[in-house]
Amino acid sequence: MSAPTLPPLARVYRVRAAVELREFFRQRESVVFTLMFPVILLVVFGAVLDYQIGAGVTFTQYFMAGVIAAGILGASLQNMAIGIATERSDGTLKHLAGTPMPKSAYFIGKIAQVFAVTVATVVILLLVGVVLYGVDLPGGAQWLTFAWVALLGSAACTLLGIAVSSLAKNGRSASATVTPVALVLQFISGVFFRFDQIPTWMQTIASVFPLKWMAQGLRSVFLPDVLAAQEPAGSWELGRVALVLTAWVVVGLVLCVRTFRWRDKADG
Amino acid sequence: MSAPLDPGAAISVRGLVKRYGDRNAVDGVDLDIRRGEIFALLGPNGAGKTTTVEILEGYRSRDGGQVQVLGADPAAGGRRWRAEIGIVLQSGAGDSQLTCLELLTAQAAYYPDPRDPAEVLELVGLTEKAGARGRSLSGGQRRRLDVALGIVGRPALLFLDEPTTGFDPEARRQFWSLIRSLRDLGTTMLLTTHYLDEAEELADRVGVITAGRLVEVAVPAELGGRGQAPAVVSWTEDGARRSQDTPTPTALVAELAARFPGEVPDLAVSRPTLEDVYLQMIGQSR
Repeated sequence: MSAPTLPPLARVYRVRAAVELREFFRQRESVVFTLMFPVILLVVFGAVLDYQIGAGVTFTQYFMAGVIAAGILGASLQNMAIGIATERSDGTLKHLAGTPMPKSAYFIGKIAQVFAVTVATVVILLLVGVVLYGVDLPGGAQWLTFAWVALLGSAACTLLGIAVSSLAKNGRSASATVTPVALVLQFISGVFFRFDQIPTWMQTIASVFPLKWMAQGLRSVFLPDVLAAQEPAGSWELGRVALVLTAWVVVGLVLCVRTFRWRDKADG
Repeated sequence: MSAPLDPGAAISVRGLVKRYGDRNAVDGVDLDIRRGEIFALLGPNGAGKTTTVEILEGYRSRDGGQVQVLGADPAAGGRRWRAEIGIVLQSGAGDSQLTCLELLTAQAAYYPDPRDPAEVLELVGLTEKAGARGRSLSGGQRRRLDVALGIVGRPALLFLDEPTTGFDPEARRQFWSLIRSLRDLGTTMLLTTHYLDEAEELADRVGVITAGRLVEVAVPAELGGRGQAPAVVSWTEDGARRSQDTPTPTALVAELAARFPGEVPDLAVSRPTLEDVYLQMIGQSR
């Protein structure tokens, strides 16, 4: 047997990343709803909710943190849950499982997609914020906080999205389930409204999920430290942000490993 | 006790059992498919065709029996084993925003020794659709793309699960010639189909599966005793349609020729078609 060797992993990973980027950016619905939706929210809410929240800071500056957190949620959790559920019900996953593609390559491709969409979303949001509403960009060390909060948050939400995809019957039912849940989370997690003005019991519910912690971590980046006093805890709680998001990464990973299916449930 | 697995066969199966609940969906199937052969698996919906094929493809686990596909147990087949087989699923390869050529190029990258994607497009007759996106294709074109994806890895063994469903007659003829050219390249094929003319046209041997059991394996011309079946000679006499079963149709036709002054009115000689014997076989075992 002089069988030719299998292609190296790195090459297959590159191919899958290219496939996933094309699949996303060529689909008008995904580009509009995942990428542009947070931008539209920023434009609309920035124009409507034009008031000061203290210390000479506008609500738009506050909203910037929330809308970036919502954008990350869309690019990771919503995007993965809907995209993978669709690929499972239309036979894409079953087809791939029948090829010698290493299984890891599928997930590497998805991670590349989430990363590209997240970066694109954040860059557009920052541009629009600065140009349209004069949002102050963070400086120096704050970018480091920005990076780890975004990275940890999107890792947790990507894994959760992959896990949630296994619950849905197909892409449409995933979209119908995940979209309203994400919207409610956005309302109670301090995206559209100041978190400290939300009823305490809602704050408690929001505290279970990663979105609240992403938004809070990002507020520490976009708002002056004097406003930390307005947070329910009286501080940015960056240590707790890291802890909760890491916990969700672990939970998401366990759920993914235990629930991921390459075939449709109806397929036996 | 059945014979041991045939190590030289492309596919060798002994006593295969798959249970769903307390029902045996596959109930003791023995099967050998030779290298280079085209084998058609026939059977009504729910007979266990797809379950059997998906066990051979490594998609499903089995509850009993021995299975060897290209020298390995599909339940333990790794990437190297997968690189030797091609699969065209009933459900197709999924929706995509990629073009046909991009899809084939990506798929080729998973294999150690792939065919040239452009040549594969030519082979399935999709060259002019190379730049068209997967989801913009018609049903028949899409099925040809599925086949292209199945063969781009240069498989030694190709599974085709109802590959021509939804084809128009011309597309089916084209597909048949594609399958023949793959056979000429030495590809072993396991085909499931509902079209008996397709099985007859393509298959070296056919197997009929009903209620989880393989009831017969034969060359198409001899399935169900078809080779020895009496011919039916029919004609019109005294304004009425007559017909007679006979093992010696030539003698009967000679006799009729002598009886009528010129042409025998509406003379026809027919033998049972593959469809006739198939329907009889699956009718009996129900």
